[in-house]
Amino acid sequence: MYTQAMDVPSGDRDETPVRSDAEYEAEFEAKLARGDFIEPKDWMPERYRKTLIRQISQHAHSEIVGMLPEGGWITRAPTLERKCILLAKVQDEAGHGMYLYSAAETLGVSRDGLIEALHSGKAKYSSIFNYPTKTWADIGVVGWLVDGAAIMNQIPLTRCSYGPYARAMIRVCKEESFHQRQGYDLLLTLMKGSEDQRAMVQDAVNRWWWPSLMMFGPHDSESTNSGDSMKWGIKRISNDELRQKFVDATVPQAQLLGVSLPDPDLKVDSATGHWTVGPIDWSEFWNVVNGKGECNEERLADRVKAWEDGAWVREAALAHAQKKRHRDCVAA
Amino acid sequence: MDRKEWPLWEVFIRSRNGLDHKHCGSVHAADPSMALKNARDVFTRRMEGVSVWVVRADDIVASDPDAKPEMFDPAEDKIYRHPTFYTLPDEVNHM
Repeated sequence: MYTQAMDVPSGDRDETPVRSDAEYEAEFEAKLARGDFIEPKDWMPERYRKTLIRQISQHAHSEIVGMLPEGGWITRAPTLERKCILLAKVQDEAGHGMYLYSAAETLGVSRDGLIEALHSGKAKYSSIFNYPTKTWADIGVVGWLVDGAAIMNQIPLTRCSYGPYARAMIRVCKEESFHQRQGYDLLLTLMKGSEDQRAMVQDAVNRWWWPSLMMFGPHDSESTNSGDSMKWGIKRISNDELRQKFVDATVPQAQLLGVSLPDPDLKVDSATGHWTVGPIDWSEFWNVVNGKGECNEERLADRVKAWEDGAWVREAALAHAQKKRHRDCVAA
Repeated sequence: MDRKEWPLWEVFIRSRNGLDHKHCGSVHAADPSMALKNARDVFTRRMEGVSVWVVRADDIVASDPDAKPEMFDPAEDKIYRHPTFYTLPDEVNHM
């Protein structure tokens, strides 16, 4: 994806008639109204750019941190097949992080700058990854519920107004479906096992259900970032609507699996036909967002350590490339 | 730009023979062979390609979106370049 590094020839700029900000803004609004995409070098309001940088980089960070809760289970997978599947899934998440970082870079920020913001705690990532994966059943439930919720959130982003983000999301969504299906498949297998294995699945569902519902963000009435994002075509469907779609899709899957969902108020609304859930405990959500989840410190510490431990490799690779270029020059 | 950061490479993939290479994203890498390997790992995990090109992003020259009118408008008033400009007798209208 094009970046700030890709400059237009400097001479051409002077010949371009100067337009006022208001004219640019009107053109930008007209493009959005027509459903056109905004591309990297196009004029865009500063707040549109900032909103996108924040959202795309947080999305990238979530993919990267999202490898951690599952990574620890690769060596403990019960069969070679499950191990290969989990490795492939975690590798996909690294790939998704890479697609998204490069989409963010087209907006004029550096990769290192984004990573620095994550490591310093300035940038956030999805709170869901601050919950622990305690048993093998958690790996199945993370695929089924967490990736399932992520897919609901991500599908509308394939139609987002910023071209590089929309294109990255098309790739991500194509691959994400495998993540959810392997999770559900893992759980189906466990449910055919022993009483203990079924109890393990139920326990994991009980722990992940509410945090998964919180992944859609605060209720529409409380959501501070939604207004502009909706206006700019970055967000297409509201938090509550997406959450409802997820609940409607997931409840029958839970029934088929043979697990209960930990909500005594869960019932079908006879008027609308939708499943309605009981009240969400938002104090837990904000607690985890504000750094007091079970794994916040561990996750960030693991990321920082991986980055620092890899520093010598990054430096050595650059030094090697420089040396090789120099030798090629001398030889020529 | 922070010199410690690996340079950026734009990635183009031919999904199968008979089709053009198509831009699909970018990767950071220290040198050309690493850029190819990273591009393979990031963009072809599911047989999406049979050939990969990587180009240093710095080496790409792009047209300026602000200069779009001057750059592309001259083609707009040359409608005689299109076959539909010519109305021919019905007898030869499938020409």
